[in-house]
Amino acid sequence: MEILNIDNITMQFGGLTAVKNFELRLQSGELVGLIGPNGAGKTTIFNMITGIYTPTINRIYFKEMDITGMKPDKIAKLGIARTFQNVRLMENLTVIDNVMIGFHLRLRSNLASAIFKFPGYIQEEENIYQKSIELLEKVDLERCKMENAGSLPYGQQRKLEIVRALATEPKLLLLDEPAAGMNPQETKELMCFIQKIIDDFDLTILLIEHDMKVVMGICERIVVLNYGLTIAEGNPKEIQHNPEVIKAYLGVEAQYA
Amino acid sequence: MTINLLLQNIANGLSLGSLYALIAIGYTMVYGILRLINFAHGEIFMLAPYFLYFGILIFHLPWWASTIVAIGLTAFTGMLSERIAYKPLRDAPRISALISAIGVSFFLQNLAVVVFSGIPKSVHRPIFFTKIYQFGEIRIQSTLFASIGVSIIFLSLLLYIIYQTKTGLAMRAISRDIETSRLMGVGVNRAISITFAIGSALAAVGGILWSLRFPQIFPTMGMIPGLKAFIAAVVGGIGSIPGAMLGGLILGMSEILFVTFLPALSGYRDAFVFFILIIILLVKPDGILGIKVQEKV
Amino acid sequence: MKKQKEKICTIIALIILFILVYFAQNRLDAYKIRILNLGAIYVTLGVSLNLIYGFTGQFSLGHAGFMAIGAYVTALLVLPPYYKEVSFILEPLIWPFTVIHAPFIIALFLSGLFAALVGFLIGLPVLRLKGDYLGIATLGFAEIIRVIANNLPHITNGALGIKGIPEFTNLWWTIGVAVVTIYIIKGLINSSYGRALMAIRENEIAAEVIGINLTNNKVMSFTISAFFAGVAGGLFACLLTTIDPKAFMFVMTFNILAVVVLGGLGSITGTVIAAFLYNIFLEYLRPIEAGFNLGPVHFPPIPGLRMVSFSILLLVLILYKQRGLLGGIEFTWGGFFRFCNKLFSNKKSTEGSAS
Repeated sequence: MEILNIDNITMQFGGLTAVKNFELRLQSGELVGLIGPNGAGKTTIFNMITGIYTPTINRIYFKEMDITGMKPDKIAKLGIARTFQNVRLMENLTVIDNVMIGFHLRLRSNLASAIFKFPGYIQEEENIYQKSIELLEKVDLERCKMENAGSLPYGQQRKLEIVRALATEPKLLLLDEPAAGMNPQETKELMCFIQKIIDDFDLTILLIEHDMKVVMGICERIVVLNYGLTIAEGNPKEIQHNPEVIKAYLGVEAQYA
Repeated sequence: MTINLLLQNIANGLSLGSLYALIAIGYTMVYGILRLINFAHGEIFMLAPYFLYFGILIFHLPWWASTIVAIGLTAFTGMLSERIAYKPLRDAPRISALISAIGVSFFLQNLAVVVFSGIPKSVHRPIFFTKIYQFGEIRIQSTLFASIGVSIIFLSLLLYIIYQTKTGLAMRAISRDIETSRLMGVGVNRAISITFAIGSALAAVGGILWSLRFPQIFPTMGMIPGLKAFIAAVVGGIGSIPGAMLGGLILGMSEILFVTFLPALSGYRDAFVFFILIIILLVKPDGILGIKVQEKV
Repeated sequence: MKKQKEKICTIIALIILFILVYFAQNRLDAYKIRILNLGAIYVTLGVSLNLIYGFTGQFSLGHAGFMAIGAYVTALLVLPPYYKEVSFILEPLIWPFTVIHAPFIIALFLSGLFAALVGFLIGLPVLRLKGDYLGIATLGFAEIIRVIANNLPHITNGALGIKGIPEFTNLWWTIGVAVVTIYIIKGLINSSYGRALMAIRENEIAAEVIGINLTNNKVMSFTISAFFAGVAGGLFACLLTTIDPKAFMFVMTFNILAVVVLGGLGSITGTVIAAFLYNIFLEYLRPIEAGFNLGPVHFPPIPGLRMVSFSILLLVLILYKQRGLLGGIEFTWGGFFRFCNKLFSNKKSTEGSAS
């Protein structure tokens, strides 16, 4: 089933074209990498999918529904979750609260029953707590659940952010440089973790990453972006040998040298 | 509404607006550097005419000399308030500094009650400020020219300092990034002190001109003009000096014209000022000349 | 099990409070009761401001405005109709205010509802603004409300204000309302909705991306906050018995803000402590300006000296306690017992070493 259809979108900021005629179709269950040099427009694409920006031209469809111009919270409710390049946690809240907050959008109890702690709400809160603990166990963060999220080491903050995204029960997960700031051991664990959640949570993942070991290691398909334009698309092997890609990554520097 | 009356009111608006502009600059400069709404600025404004008044009454200084002393003393008070009440809070949450500013405001206002008494005083106005000029049917008091003229002189002086001197460069650098400026060897404390001195001196000029226009002085006289000048700074785009000037003029002008055209609603004059503020903020959240700061995602 | 124990502790504490209020209301002199009343009203005001500012992170300076609305609504509802006729001097009161009359509790509730309605209408457009801009816009609305009160003599009696409001407010009311306010706002904070509000405070973009609607949640928080400010305004009117627009100048908002910040942002316990201390200090500094004798030296009365000393106190406090008295820490029964245990074991060990 086709889960995401980005139909030839363009994003302009004033005179600057950040992304031009970008097309991407994701099938359910796929794990696709989005790579390219800094400033190529990768994060801008994430921002458009999650509703932080609205594309200047053309539209985005999620499960055949037009989500262009929708508010981020509405898109999240439809089932798209993401992490950020510069981790964005609720730093002064505890680790467990950071995960539980992710379940808020599926909360059924109304405000009054939450304030006055009606049995239905207590039951729901208990459920959320249990599910949060289970999620934290998956990334081995359960033991620091009462610590402030801001006090965690950087690599663990990244994991916590992924877990928070999973708490929103998404169908499509966008990961923005999940391995940045992780040591080789952590990166390896992360790769396993990503492959595992695809099956466990029935996910589709779009991944931005600079660490080529990660991208080449787990992605089935890779899209390469440069100066807002798609310059290549294919499986890891094809991408590694694509002259355009090599030029984009090495050519610019070769010119200066 | 005759054309003469309209002209008269435009002149009035300009003069009130230039006073707001003078006070607004102090708010905008301090905000630009410390991101602090200096709620004590209205009280600094109130001190100047008191200093002037007592300089003449007790020390028998001539009017001009007393004015100079008053401006100097006010500038010093402003500087001192920063050293005592804001400097220790530079690394504290911003709201703590705001509470401190409110504390300074309470303090100065009530100190004025204690020292100067709460009974309003009439300031002495030199004869050349009370003269009335007649242009056809328009009658304009000379304070009006004085306030516009003096404002222009001081504002040009300020622009010179900010954009042409090394101190001005330091101030602009700090307003961009205080930490980096410090690392680059900018004397941050000195520049901040000078900022407060200049802002307070301009407020002093504004306060003295104000007392020539409305010759009653009292300890709470700074509250409403101070608040309106702050609004002027926000309307113009807080942090921007040309913005403060523009905001002051817009506010002064619209206030006068509102009363002129809708005399029945003159009681809503202050509300109208806030109404303008809210409309401008909703249309252009960073003020007219403010720079839009967008968070990078 | 633990929850059960805490519930019992809370009930016991409430009973103790009940007894204390009973004795305070019957034994203390009118002056002390008045200070406690003011303190309790400030608790309601402070806790409600803490909800929108401390927990939701939205800088609001509009509390005096919501208070004013509540005060006028209550005053107009509880004043007996015959009294309204004689007290509106500038212009006669217009219908339907001439005839409506309601018991105190309904008046308070309607005060809250009306303030909440205005809060909702104001919040919808202005909560798009951020930081200091939001603060100044809400301050603007509060001032507009005050100016309107000044200019509607046939409803508010204009600048003269409304006099002779029945003195319904007593400790039962003020403490009772404060307890209900704390119960509801704490209940909100400790729920999924409260987490959503704190998420907005921490990081708006992240909150939005995990499905939290910014506008709805901010407006909800603002409206609830305005509701309690309105109720507090009603209590205030029936405590002072006289209200006029001057009572709701932005100095009022500053007082509430100072209470919240001095208590420690995001701490309800801190707000409660600061609210009472603030009013106690404000009142007990009164003798300073009334003139006093220190040994053989006589100090003449000096008006203004009270507020001078008070502002110095305020400055010293914020300079030395930059994050407020409690710095965001909250009272919990668990923490309370740990503290008692520590105190007890310390005592034991010192006793042991002494013998």
